[in-house]
Amino acid sequence: MTSGMRGALPTASLQRLLDALSAKGYRMVGPIVRDGSVVWETVQSVSDLPIGWRDQQEPGRYRLEQTGSPEIFGVVHGPQSLKPFVFAPREPLLQIERSKDGFATRPTLPQSEKVAVIGARACDLAGLATQDQIFLNGAYRDPYYAARREGLFLVAVNCTRALNTCFCASMETGPRAKHGFDLALTELDDQLLIEAGSEAGRDLLSNLCLSRGSEQLSAEAATRVDACAQSQVRRLDHSDLPQALYDAHEHPRWDEVASRCLACTNCTMVCPTCFCHTVEETPDLSHQHTTHARLWDSCFTQEHGYIHGKNIRPTIKDRYRMWLTHKLASWIDQFGASGCVGCGRCITWCPVGIDLTEELPALLTPSEQQSTTSRRPEAAGG
Amino acid sequence: MANPYVIHPATIVEKIQEAEDIITYRLQLVDEQARQCFRFAAGQFNMVYVFGVGEVAISIVSDPDEPEFLNHTIRTVGRITKAIAALQPGDVLGIRGPFGQGWPLDEACGRNVVIVTGGLGCAPVVGAIEYIFKRREQYGSIKILHGVKTPHDLLYRERFDQWRRAPDTEVLLASGQPDKTWSYHIGVVTELFEEVAIDPMKSIALMCGPEIMMRLGVPILMRRGIPETAIYLSLERHMECGIGLCGHCQMGPYFLCKDGPVMRYDRVAQWLGQTGV
Repeated sequence: MTSGMRGALPTASLQRLLDALSAKGYRMVGPIVRDGSVVWETVQSVSDLPIGWRDQQEPGRYRLEQTGSPEIFGVVHGPQSLKPFVFAPREPLLQIERSKDGFATRPTLPQSEKVAVIGARACDLAGLATQDQIFLNGAYRDPYYAARREGLFLVAVNCTRALNTCFCASMETGPRAKHGFDLALTELDDQLLIEAGSEAGRDLLSNLCLSRGSEQLSAEAATRVDACAQSQVRRLDHSDLPQALYDAHEHPRWDEVASRCLACTNCTMVCPTCFCHTVEETPDLSHQHTTHARLWDSCFTQEHGYIHGKNIRPTIKDRYRMWLTHKLASWIDQFGASGCVGCGRCITWCPVGIDLTEELPALLTPSEQQSTTSRRPEAAGG
Repeated sequence: MANPYVIHPATIVEKIQEAEDIITYRLQLVDEQARQCFRFAAGQFNMVYVFGVGEVAISIVSDPDEPEFLNHTIRTVGRITKAIAALQPGDVLGIRGPFGQGWPLDEACGRNVVIVTGGLGCAPVVGAIEYIFKRREQYGSIKILHGVKTPHDLLYRERFDQWRRAPDTEVLLASGQPDKTWSYHIGVVTELFEEVAIDPMKSIALMCGPEIMMRLGVPILMRRGIPETAIYLSLERHMECGIGLCGHCQMGPYFLCKDGPVMRYDRVAQWLGQTGV
């Protein structure tokens, strides 16, 4: 971090930061309480934020509680990651009109909007970086994603409290936001420690005329973030991936987990990195005009593996295996890193509480059934 | 950078009925500039679009040397292909492409080429055969082994006859359910391997067709001494985007739309035939 690009702001003065962002032309989006959870919504004032609220998350369970404290960022996260801001749940790609040449195509690129997200967590920044790699840095750059991504200003919040479902420490993505933010806040009782992580962040910070964050305050922030990492009760040992999971393809545990999985697609919808999508064609009644749009898809649907007259993944077992093997193993071969950032959303929002930090070790534990089937080809090959 | 989702109108110049439910559509891009820029390699595919209905991934079967015309052989099986079949010459389809990795025709130069196909699976390799015959002197012997369920399923019949008459070329056909007119092998395509001489270290194999045919055929070729790095397969999965983003076409670590559809066997051996992959 460049020297001088850190400062302290009394928690009660957070509005100054929001006003500065507003003056720069940003629409501000923050977590707001709705329907027993938090969702990203436009905010104008600090009072819109979930002051005093905390989330408790367990497998298959999400609860908000009001503690009465002045804490602003007590809610760690809701079902939404940063994904909907950039990879829209439904993105019209083209408007197509009939014409004398047959039809004329007009791309419907979204307007790049200046949006400041207040309260992004380290796991979500990691998820966003993963999606950037897919949509921006591959052989084809997705112009729709790029337009939405361009205007984002990210105000991260370093986590000082871990949820029961968090395992970012073991995925090395958090709880401290290391990169990919413009500003990062650490909430320490009545003080907010603020650091800049980009030119735009430095620019904004220098306008705020903050008091210099003392060494003591920085040390306190580091201690609390470290304690948050230490307190995480879940972890995912990914050291033997991808190969160990490829080798577990015939493990009986897949049948067991499939007997619980409802194939509801929740885990893929809340996942910050899942990128599967389908294309939908919506002609109007005159059949002179049609909208060509993409929308989120899930590998848990019947159609995902469908190919003329045949389904590659007809069973829930096939689909759960596809999801987990892609997320934790083949993703590494495809993109050089795990597809899991350790946010724990798939655990919380699974209606039956399937927990991948429990499934993976079970799948990597050799089983009698598997060892007999996997030994056979080797013997024949020798 | 160009928007990879833009669809270019293409006129149906000709419809060739290959079989009861199989039609070859000869297409020409409407836009002059798009037509002149369009280049493809044998084995690549296009996303073919019907106004108001949607897109489907279809391999290009025509000669890469004549990119102003694009032939697609399509079996009328689903929602989109049925809409395509309802169109007539003069009507307009859409094209987005070309996508994917084609056949290794440079690597095949100077070698004997063994082509093994089954059913409509021969379509993606037809462009490659045309390409080879245009440069016949650059390649060694050509062996085309093609299997069909019934004689009725034999597409491109004149072309097979034409190829059979070419020098240093063998064409062997097999049908599992022949009728009285069938004068070729009765059985499956993999049995034809027994009827051809293969110089394994000088040969390259191109395979295309049902996955089960490839899974059974590859070990036979390998037993004949062809190294697994000289066997190429054209594979098929559900595809919606063609650019490696929609996630449907994964096979293990690969996105078949951009890493394939043509894959070298040793790269996919681990995944081929695995349940649910």
